[in-house]
Amino acid sequence: MAADTSEAADSEFGRVSRTKDTAFRLLALAATLVGIVSLAALLANVSVDAVGWLDWDFLTSPPHPDPYEAGFLPALVGSIAIMLLIALITFPLGVGAAIYLEEYAGDGYLTKFIELNIANLAGVPSVVYGLLGLGLFVTLLDLGYGTIFVAAFTVALLILPIVIISAQEAIRSVPDSQRQASYGMGATKWQTIRNVVLPRAMPGIMTGTILALGRAIGETAPLIMIAAPTTVFGVPNSFLSKVSAMPLQIYNWSSYPETEFQYGVVAAGVVTLLVVLLSINSVAILIRNRYQQDGS
Amino acid sequence: MARETTASLPTGVSRRTLLAAAGVGLSSSLAGCSSVFAAEDDQVNIAGSSTVFPVTEAIGSAFSEEHPTVNVSISKTGTGGGFGNFFCAGRTDVNNASREIADAEIDQCGNNDITPLEFTVATDALTVVVNPEADWIDCLTVEELREIWRADGAERWSDINEDWPDEELELYGAATTSGTFDYFNEAVLGEDINHKSDYYATERDRTIVQGVQGSEYAMGYFGFSYYSENPDSIKAVSIDDGNGCVEPSTETAMSGEYTPLSRPLFIYVAKESLADSAVRDFARFYMERAATDLVSDVGYVPITEDQRDENLERLEEQVAEVNG
Repeated sequence: MAADTSEAADSEFGRVSRTKDTAFRLLALAATLVGIVSLAALLANVSVDAVGWLDWDFLTSPPHPDPYEAGFLPALVGSIAIMLLIALITFPLGVGAAIYLEEYAGDGYLTKFIELNIANLAGVPSVVYGLLGLGLFVTLLDLGYGTIFVAAFTVALLILPIVIISAQEAIRSVPDSQRQASYGMGATKWQTIRNVVLPRAMPGIMTGTILALGRAIGETAPLIMIAAPTTVFGVPNSFLSKVSAMPLQIYNWSSYPETEFQYGVVAAGVVTLLVVLLSINSVAILIRNRYQQDGS
Repeated sequence: MARETTASLPTGVSRRTLLAAAGVGLSSSLAGCSSVFAAEDDQVNIAGSSTVFPVTEAIGSAFSEEHPTVNVSISKTGTGGGFGNFFCAGRTDVNNASREIADAEIDQCGNNDITPLEFTVATDALTVVVNPEADWIDCLTVEELREIWRADGAERWSDINEDWPDEELELYGAATTSGTFDYFNEAVLGEDINHKSDYYATERDRTIVQGVQGSEYAMGYFGFSYYSENPDSIKAVSIDDGNGCVEPSTETAMSGEYTPLSRPLFIYVAKESLADSAVRDFARFYMERAATDLVSDVGYVPITEDQRDENLERLEEQVAEVNG
């Protein structure tokens, strides 16, 4: 009987083979390593190139055709200004839409249609949003080409679907029993959302929003479409100032004739961009952890 | 009743917080708006030629160190793109130009009540480049150049000179929105002959460098500063305009020997924008610095001090007119 079962096992699962077992484990490990190794290689590569270029002067000077005098300040400040404005725009809009869809809207065809559309919008390429921004904000509303205002609204539209979807997920994960308990205590719908749903969902909403902002800061195509200037000197002094952003400045430097730009200065810009991006992501993690401790 | 009051209490509080938050938001956005209008004066917007870009960038950078509150922005759009989409549409104050403004563009500016003022800011030696491996070529006559770049012209190197390889010409040149394209067209081809259309056209000079580096049988042209930064990876071709071969350099461009490809570079300032103190300061600063090493550092020939004084004088006249 024992021989029978082992034969059956052989035919169904293949021969017992330690080699295959190990080989498969190594294969899976290799698949994992591809991602980590390429990230490490990228970081190491740009960090090495950036040595000697990324210094205080680089972060506090305006751009210059001489690579040794070139600075990143207007692009750095521009990116941060755009991002703050994007946060102000997307947070209320995104959370508002998510609350409506999850708490108020019924399960009808209209809701399904809206949700389907939002999911599709999240997949629209960023250059298309750039065209929308150009047509709507620059041409139709005449808010001026390449301003902070236009840049922020265009990129805000781009990440809005992502914010809505992540906020929806966060709101959906609040157990229904808690809502029922709140209603049972005599609370209105608004009180329930305000005091029960939102506090519970907030870590998820914040994480989703901040990660979306991280994506926004790396966007280049929409900024090119709304005719953001090649180079800006001086720090933006209003929301209608022309603005440059870090990825845009890096892209422009890559086309300069001097090899010092193509390696040193571009690498210094990339490292700055990555540092800002990683700090944003770690802020997201910090906020999530804090809220989770408060919640429990 | 009692339940209703207790129930409405937290609602009231949160509504008050909401109102307060809305109030803060509104007032801060109003504050934003007022600073918007106050700051309108502190903008100098520039578009236009990618050839003039390095000059304007160097001067803009120096300007912003002296005037840190002024926001100077420069876009690379090509001379024609800059006039058509930005300058004559009233979107920019200054346009970089590697050729003179065209009549159609003057009309367009006029329709929008914009008066373009021309200032010469530097001289460039438009440079024809080939791959360093192309050892059969050091000098080209203007006729040969015309044969290479005209529509329905030569397709293979051997079409121009039988001793040259029987290989297809790979051409990299300026895009049609570029002033470099227009200048090359006029200087080499003349008015009656069209520029070839099956070449790789780009506004990014870097792409031309990469293209020419990549192929032994390639040829391209662009402003001298791009060649002067890459003298080892590409080879400049001397040009024979009937008086022997002259190689492109700042010296030959300045002395006027390098014909017909040495050309003046301009900026155009909108007269109406001179009412704005930031644009006025920037224009003055530009005229003064155009005669200094800032220009030769980026690979062009600075204007003479006489030209500078003439520019400044003309600028002050126009400033007085606008503000008078």
